[in-house]
Amino acid sequence: MTTTTSTHLTTETITEHHHPHPDHRILGLYMFLIAEGMIFVGLFVAYFTFRAVAPGMQGELPKLELMLPGINTIILVSSSFVMNRGQLAIKKNDTKGLQFWFGLTALMGATFLAGQLYEYFHLEFGLKSSLFASTFYVLTGFHGLHVCFGLILTLAVLWRSRSADHYNEHSHFGVEAAEIYWHFVDVIWIVLFILLYLF
Amino acid sequence: MNVPSQVITLLFGIGLTLVSLWYGYNHHLLPIAASKEAVLIDELFNVMMVISTGIFVLVQGAILFVAFRYQREEGDETDAKYIHGNIPLEIVWTAIPSVIVLALSLYSFDVYEQIGGLNPMDHSSHQGVRQEISNKKQKMQSNGVQEAAVMNAEMPGMAMPLAADDSAVTINVSGMQFAWLFNYVGTEVTTGELHLPVGRDIILNLTAMDVLHAFWVPEFRIKQDAVPGRTIPIRISPTVEGTYPLICAELCGAYHGVMRSQVIVQSERDYNAWLSEQAVAMKEQNQDADSKNSVSTVALYPELLSDTEYLAPYAKKLGVTVDHLQAIQAQQQS
Amino acid sequence: MTTLTQISNDTTPSGGDRPKPEWRKYFGFSHDHKVIGIQYLVTSFFFYLIGGGLAAAVRTELATPASDFVSPELYNSLFTLHGTVMIFLWIVPSTAGFINYLVPLMIGARDMAFPRLNAVAFWMLPPSGLLLMSSFFVGPASAGWTSYPPLSTMGPVAGELIWILSVLLLGTSSILGAINFIVTIWKMRVPQMGWNDMPLFCWASLATGILALVSTPVLAGALILLSFDLVVGTSFFNPTGGGDPIVYQHMFWFYSHPAVYIMILPVFGMISDIIPVHSRKAIFGYRAIAYSSIAICFLGLIVWAHHMFTSGTPPWLRMFFMFATMVIAVPTGIKVFSWVATMWGGKIQLNSAMLFAMGFVSMFVIGGISGVMLAAVPFDIHVHDTYFVVAHFHYVLFGGSVFGLYSGMYHWFPKITGRMLNEKLGKIHFALNFIGFNLTFLPMHKLGLDGMNRRIAEYDPKYATINMICSIGTLLLAVSTVPFLINAVRSWFWGDRAPANPWNGLTLEWTVSSPPPVENFAVDPIPACHPYAYGKRPASMVTSPPPTPIST
Repeated sequence: MTTTTSTHLTTETITEHHHPHPDHRILGLYMFLIAEGMIFVGLFVAYFTFRAVAPGMQGELPKLELMLPGINTIILVSSSFVMNRGQLAIKKNDTKGLQFWFGLTALMGATFLAGQLYEYFHLEFGLKSSLFASTFYVLTGFHGLHVCFGLILTLAVLWRSRSADHYNEHSHFGVEAAEIYWHFVDVIWIVLFILLYLF
Repeated sequence: MNVPSQVITLLFGIGLTLVSLWYGYNHHLLPIAASKEAVLIDELFNVMMVISTGIFVLVQGAILFVAFRYQREEGDETDAKYIHGNIPLEIVWTAIPSVIVLALSLYSFDVYEQIGGLNPMDHSSHQGVRQEISNKKQKMQSNGVQEAAVMNAEMPGMAMPLAADDSAVTINVSGMQFAWLFNYVGTEVTTGELHLPVGRDIILNLTAMDVLHAFWVPEFRIKQDAVPGRTIPIRISPTVEGTYPLICAELCGAYHGVMRSQVIVQSERDYNAWLSEQAVAMKEQNQDADSKNSVSTVALYPELLSDTEYLAPYAKKLGVTVDHLQAIQAQQQS
Repeated sequence: MTTLTQISNDTTPSGGDRPKPEWRKYFGFSHDHKVIGIQYLVTSFFFYLIGGGLAAAVRTELATPASDFVSPELYNSLFTLHGTVMIFLWIVPSTAGFINYLVPLMIGARDMAFPRLNAVAFWMLPPSGLLLMSSFFVGPASAGWTSYPPLSTMGPVAGELIWILSVLLLGTSSILGAINFIVTIWKMRVPQMGWNDMPLFCWASLATGILALVSTPVLAGALILLSFDLVVGTSFFNPTGGGDPIVYQHMFWFYSHPAVYIMILPVFGMISDIIPVHSRKAIFGYRAIAYSSIAICFLGLIVWAHHMFTSGTPPWLRMFFMFATMVIAVPTGIKVFSWVATMWGGKIQLNSAMLFAMGFVSMFVIGGISGVMLAAVPFDIHVHDTYFVVAHFHYVLFGGSVFGLYSGMYHWFPKITGRMLNEKLGKIHFALNFIGFNLTFLPMHKLGLDGMNRRIAEYDPKYATINMICSIGTLLLAVSTVPFLINAVRSWFWGDRAPANPWNGLTLEWTVSSPPPVENFAVDPIPACHPYAYGKRPASMVTSPPPTPIST
C-alpha cells in the first residue's frame, strides 16, 4: 500500500541519470562576500553617522600621516594585479607561474600588514583616546584581519600547489577563490582609505 | 424565499460598518485623555479601531465560515474546482489596503504635526528663541545637573534645548537610575515629581544622566526617550486637572519597574503658589548647604561645588542615595 | 529501468525496520540535508522548551504586582534570555530546519548546494545555545534582547559578553545557512522547474535567505562595536566618551526588524503549501503570493526605524519609516486574502495540520492589524515599550510563526519520520494551545493601552487581575506542549506507518517514500503538474485511491 500513491504522482518519463551537480562554490563565495561586505557597510555607515552627530567626532579630527598608508595602498592594490597573473598562469597549466605570482602576492600582503603595524605603533593616539581613534583602529583592524585571512588563503594555495597537478587548467577553485577574496579585501581597503585618510 | 445575493452582501456590509463604528468608539481601552495631544491621538486610535474591527470581523468571519461550510465529506477524494485566481478581485484587495494605509499615513502625519512632533515650538513665534536659549544657558550654569545638557546643545546636529516665549512653561527633565529630576526653568526649583499648570503649553527638555530612560505619562499619550548626551524637546498641553503616573518606559536597570513618579496637573493659581513655596524652600536648603559646606570645605560659591555636593541636600528628599549621585558623577567624568 | 528504481525506493521498508545504529547519525557531522533538517528541528524544539520555561518564570513573577518571585536583576535576565532563546535558538533555526529538509525535496535535488557548510552551520547551534545557558553561572545578560547601550555595557560584563558571542555565532550560522538556501534554490532545481513552478515555500525560503544574508552582518558589526565598548572601554555608544547610543539602535534594528520577516516568511511559505493540500484546491493567486514574499523582503529592509519612534530620531525620518511600514500591510494582506480565497469553496479536511494553519491565519491577522496601528507614529508614541507591543509581537511570532511551525510539523511529520501522528492528541494540542495563547496575549493589548510598560518586575496593583489571567493562560500553554511531546515521541517510535503521500500532496517531496531515501531521488524527477494543480491534475493522478495508513 505504501507504494500506491507515489507512482501516480511522479514522473512521466525519467531519462536522466544520477550525475554530480555542477560546482556552485564560486557563487557561494560571492554570497559570502555579500555578507562580509554588509558588515563593512554597517561599520562605514556607523562611521558616517558618528561624524555627523556623535559629540565625540565633531570639530577637528586628528590629522593622519599619508605617506606610509599611501605606499601601503599602492602595494595592496597592485598586489591584486600580481595575483591575477597567477590565475592566468594556472589557466595555462603553468604551476610554476602560479607559485611565483602568488608568492609575490603573499609577500606584498605581508608588507602591507607590516606597514599597518608600523603605523599603529607610531600613531599619537591609542584605541581609547577618542571616538575617532576607536573607529580608526576597529575599522582598519577588522580589515587587517581580513588581509590576514586572505594571506592564509594565498599561502594555502601555495602549499597545495607543491603536489603536481593539484591545480590545473580545469580544476583550480582554490586559486580562483583566493583571488576573488583578495580583490574583495582590496576594494574594501580603497573605500576605507578614502573614508579614514582622505575624507 | 429567495433573497438575491447582492442584497445579502449589502446587508452584511451595512451590519459590518455599524459594528465597526460602534466598537471603534466604545472600546474603553484607553485611560482618560488629559491633554490636547491625547484627544487627537485617541481620535486617530478610534479611527484605526473602526477599520481594524471591520477587517478583523471580515477575515475571522470568512475563516470560520469556510471551516464549517467547506468541510470535506467522508470518503470524498475528488478535488475542488480549479480556481487559480481572479485578477479583478486581487486588484481590489490590493487597492483597498493601499488606500487605507495611504489615508492612515496622511492622517497620522497630520496628527503628528498637530501634537508638535515635527516641531515642538510650532505653536508660537520663533522670534527670540535662540536669544533666550543663550540667556538661559548662563542662568543654568549654576545648576550642575543641567551643565551636560547645555554643553551638548552646542553640538551640531543635536536637538537644541528649548526655552519658549511667555506662553509656555519650560521644564528641564533628566532621568537617572531610578528617578526623575525636574528643573523649572527660570527658577531654582528642582523636584522629583512634576507639577504642571492646566491649560498652558509645556515644553519639556529631556535628557538622561546615565542610561536610556523614557518619559511617559499614559494620560497624556506622550512618550519620549531621554538619551544621555542629547536634549530632546517635547510639547505637552495638559487639559484636565489631576494626578497621573509618570513612568520610565525604557529598560534602565534592575529597578526599572519602580522608576515611577507622578504628574500633578493643577490650576494656574495652585501651580504658582506651589512654585513659589518650592522656591523659598530651595533657597533655605541652599543656604543650609552652603553654610555647612563653608564650614567643612573652603568652597564658598555654589558654582565651585561638584554635582554630588550640590545635589546632596536634595538627595534625601528625592529618595536618591549619595552613593548613587557619586556613581553618576564618576560616570560623567570617565 | 529507471522507473523500477523509483518504485524500489518506495517499497523499501521505512521506519523501525532500518538498521539500528542509524540513530547515531543524528548526533554526528552528517552531510545529509534530511539529517541536518531533523537535527535543526529537534535541537530548536529543545530550546523552545527552555525558552518556554523562562517565559513561565517571567509570568510567575508577573502573576502578582509585587516583585516577589525572583530578584529584579534575575527577572531582567529571564526576559532577556527568553527573547534571545526564542528568536535565535527556536524560531530561526526551526525554520532553517524545515528549509533544509524540504527545499531539496521540493525542487528535486539530492542535497543542498554545500552539504558540508550546511553541517557546519548546524553545529554552531548547540554550542552557542549551551554557551548562552552557561551564562546563568556568571550572571547572565540583563539588558533585554535588544541589549541597548549604555545599559548593556554597565551590567555584568561576563554575562553580556557571553550573550554577544553566542548571538554572533548564531548569526554566522544563519548567514552560512542563507548562502546554502539561496544557491540551492537558484541553481539546483530540476531543469523542468521554472521559477514560477516552484512550490511557494521555496519562494519564501529564497526571500528569507536574502534577508538573512544582507541584514545579519550589520548586527554582527553592531555587536563587534558593542563588545569593544564592553570589554576594552571604548565609547562608540557611550555619550560620556563622545559616542552615540542611537547609532547602535539603528544598526541593531537594521537586522532585527528583518529578523521578524526571517522568522515569519518561511512560515508564510509553509502555510501556502499546507492550505491547498488540505483544502484540495489550487492556491489562489500563486504569483501574487510568490512575489509578495519578495516585496516583503525588500520592504522589510527599509522599515527598521519604526522601532525607534520615541528614540529621538529626526521627525522626517519617522514619517518615512511610518509610511514604509504601513506599505508592508499591502503584500501581507494579499497573502492573507489569498489564503482565505484558497480555502473558499475548497474541500477542507480539518485535521491538526489544517487547524494550526487556519489558527495561524486568524492569529496572524490580529498581529498584522496591531502592526499597522503601531506604524502610526502618534499612536506608537503612546504604546511603544508597553504590553501592547508585547501582545503585538507575540501574535506575530507565536500566533504566527509558532502556530505555523506546528502546522508544518503535523503536515510533514509523516514524511520526515515515516509515521503518522495521532490526530486526537493533535486536536487536543491545538485546542489547548489556541485557548492558552489567546488567554495569555489578548488581555495584554488592554494592559498596554491602559498604561502598563514592559520589562518591569512589579507593576501597579490595578493591573493585577488581567496579569493573573495572562499567567493562567501561560500555564495552559505550558500544559498544551505535553500532548504534543507525547504524540511526537510515541508516534515516532510506535505510530502508524505513513504512506508516501498521506495527504494527496502534489509537491515533489510526496513522490518519494516516507521517510525519503538517502539522496532523495534515484533519478532526476520531472514534476507531472504544477504543485497546486488541484482540479486540473492529469487523469491518472485524480483517480488515486484513498491513501490509508497501514497500522502496525
